[in-house]
Amino acid sequence: MTDTRIAEPSRSQGVDVFGFVARFAPTLFLIALMALFAIIEPRFLSSINLFNVMRQVSITGLLAIGMTFVILTAGIDLSVGSLLAFAGLVAAAVEKGGLENRFTVGEGGVGYGWGAAALAAIAVGIAGGYLQGLAITRLKVPPFVVTLGGMSAFRGAALLFAAGGPISGFQPSFTWWGQGKIGPVPIPVIIFLAAAALAHIALRYTRYGRQVYAVGGNPEAARLSGLNVNRVIASVYVIMGFFAGLGAFVLAARLNSAEAVAGTGYELTVIASVVIGGTSLFGGSGTIFGTVIGSILIGVLLNGLVLMNVSSYIQQIVIGVIIVLAVAFDTFAKSRRRKV
Amino acid sequence: MTIAPTPSLAGRPERPVLKMTGVSKRFPGVLALEDVHLEVGQAEIHALLGENGAGKSTLLKVLSGAHNADSGEIELYGEPVAFASPHDAQRAGIVTIYQEFTLAPDMTIAENVFIGREPGSRLFISWRRLAEMTRAITDKIGLKRDPMTPVRDLSVAEQQLVEIARALSMRSRLIVMDEPTSALSEAEVANLARIVTTLKAEGLSIIFVTHRLEEVFRLCDRFTVLRDGRYVGAGQVADVTVDAIIRMMVGREVGALYAERPIPERGPVALEVEGLTRRRNARDPHAIELVDVSLKAHKGEILGLAGLVGAGRTETARAIFGADGFDSGEIRIDGRKVNFSGPHDAMLAGVGLVPEDRKKQALFLRLAIRTNITIAAHDQISRAGWFIDEGREDKLVEEFRRLLSIRMASPDQLAGLLSGGNQQKVVLARWLALRPKILIVDEPTRGIDVGSKVEVHNLLIEMAKSGIAVIVISSELPEILAVSDRIVTMREGRVTGEIARNDATQEILMSMMTFHEGAVDPRAEDLTRRP
Repeated sequence: MTDTRIAEPSRSQGVDVFGFVARFAPTLFLIALMALFAIIEPRFLSSINLFNVMRQVSITGLLAIGMTFVILTAGIDLSVGSLLAFAGLVAAAVEKGGLENRFTVGEGGVGYGWGAAALAAIAVGIAGGYLQGLAITRLKVPPFVVTLGGMSAFRGAALLFAAGGPISGFQPSFTWWGQGKIGPVPIPVIIFLAAAALAHIALRYTRYGRQVYAVGGNPEAARLSGLNVNRVIASVYVIMGFFAGLGAFVLAARLNSAEAVAGTGYELTVIASVVIGGTSLFGGSGTIFGTVIGSILIGVLLNGLVLMNVSSYIQQIVIGVIIVLAVAFDTFAKSRRRKV
Repeated sequence: MTIAPTPSLAGRPERPVLKMTGVSKRFPGVLALEDVHLEVGQAEIHALLGENGAGKSTLLKVLSGAHNADSGEIELYGEPVAFASPHDAQRAGIVTIYQEFTLAPDMTIAENVFIGREPGSRLFISWRRLAEMTRAITDKIGLKRDPMTPVRDLSVAEQQLVEIARALSMRSRLIVMDEPTSALSEAEVANLARIVTTLKAEGLSIIFVTHRLEEVFRLCDRFTVLRDGRYVGAGQVADVTVDAIIRMMVGREVGALYAERPIPERGPVALEVEGLTRRRNARDPHAIELVDVSLKAHKGEILGLAGLVGAGRTETARAIFGADGFDSGEIRIDGRKVNFSGPHDAMLAGVGLVPEDRKKQALFLRLAIRTNITIAAHDQISRAGWFIDEGREDKLVEEFRRLLSIRMASPDQLAGLLSGGNQQKVVLARWLALRPKILIVDEPTRGIDVGSKVEVHNLLIEMAKSGIAVIVISSELPEILAVSDRIVTMREGRVTGEIARNDATQEILMSMMTFHEGAVDPRAEDLTRRP
């Protein structure tokens, strides 16, 4: 017995003003924030500062692109920071031609070059993501738990691999990927925006993208529509791993060093970027554009707070509060939509 | 209206415990209960009867305080009462036992029985006294288990006894049981019947919701029938026949919405199910088992699968579609044996399933209509294997928008904003786009308005005409009769009969769906002999 006779009230199909505002809320908020900082601190709008913000944003931004895929399927990945540290160390060791050369600075011809290093970082990232994807889909362990385990395990692997110490001093061809510029634009920013464009195309225009939204929107309906739900879910963790590897490479290049404690706390910033960008933690809705805006928003916020000499402790409080507010807004918008 | 002579109301209880009068309840868009009466006497087992959707659950929820009635009165022992919450109702002595138990599986029997009312001091529970008090109750109802056994280790029937023990521990005077026998075996039902009779002898009153009419005749003293949210009649069970009760339950006119149509020439067999069996397993004890289900669906024909909720129709459909596994049996498509490892395989073999719960199982409410229609048909609209060709997608969506007259603002509108009827058309379009050989439609018109219902029915008929083997599952008998060419009935995971549309009436179907052959009531003899 169910109340099967309850008919749904027919819905009006008028212009959804609230929906429009909700959709562009992150962008509007970013513009307002930038205006505020520009008024309080004129240095904020200088092109040097703006490119600086963008360069800082690009690493967590890369991770946030991968995280968007994960969160679109209503998943979560807490292991990104640890996986990034591990992948970075592997890349650094490859660049150096082995761990025994870790303290030799920039001597040409010893290592395997930046290309092999980048591939190694990405391979480690993909492998880590794939393992977690398998655990989630085959062992049916919730993503939160699997990646919480991954967060610890990959950090341990990183510490073990490098015996706790940093690996630094790379060749210029390697560090160019983190420190170089084309015109006034830093290379990491170009990588970030190019990756965002590709991810946007993948989600918006490909069959795969549709499947990610479908699985996140309603996994049962996706399964009954003949989609391979497990494969889609596993794949988003692989994509996340790819971006963790790419981010590791760019970060090591920028800092001219890789260390086991790199990326600590990144998961928070990255998840915050995605959520603030309007991707729903419940899955099925969100865009790469939103994630780019969300990433920049957090970067601008932190930069502005630094320029205003706000203590880093307070910065953490601000980020925390903003995450909760962003999710509260998402929940509110959702319940609001249901009533329309 | 072809309603049986309403049994007289002469058999009113002498000492009514409960009297509900003129109860109405409106939900957004629908009147769930309208002017419903229910009177239950002391030491009486009262059957509350009606088809699915007749309003029984809503009435029980009003009685138990889970819903507030919009109007009407409830009197308990002659005193007017109003329950704001289930807690209020329990304190007044009314306990409801739902189909889905509300026990905490990892806690013991004793803890579940006395949850929130454990004996002992303010801080500490006296486990010894708790066990003694529990045993005093469980002994009475024949639950022979250590009170310290975790509920998880009990069978479904034993868990139900725990629920009853809890009701008794609250000194309830009226116990409401919502389909208590639907998940029990014959022996367990007999045991429950014995317990209920004992409780009655002690002066308790029981409201018994059931779909098994033989239980009504074996166990109940009086009955009330609801239909379409309205009170149809009440009386002494001894005064009526099975026939009369069935007529009271279904006695509505099928509107003249459907033109007479001849039984179509049926094509070759498209789907053959033979001996499909799924045993009850420990991991999911509430799952409905399937026993030796066999049926055939022909091309160009609509096969109706009728049965009450829990009869195993949906389970059969999901097993055919590869959504759930089964233990034994064979499925053949076009004469060839198939073995689907999942819905994807079924889809490739030309089988489609429109599931019963549109919103939970079929639609992506927050995604665009275009995504909803084409999600399974990406092969047809992709470019270079990877990309969606939106031009071709638009054409596909437009084709089905016109074919099914889906009323939408644009293909980019969210599916959640459509009306129920249009949502169902979107789901049908998803499958039609794949040009299936066999399409199973589970509850095709649940929760959609009358006009759209007829549209959907005509669509199903058109599909069959185009050569698809269509299987329609429905709890609504008028719907089954309107669309099916041939009807197979199910009850408790078994096929109970097959009948051609022209030979079937609601009464005959209802008896095939509810009445157990060889049951106790001799008056039912004429009904068990199927036409």
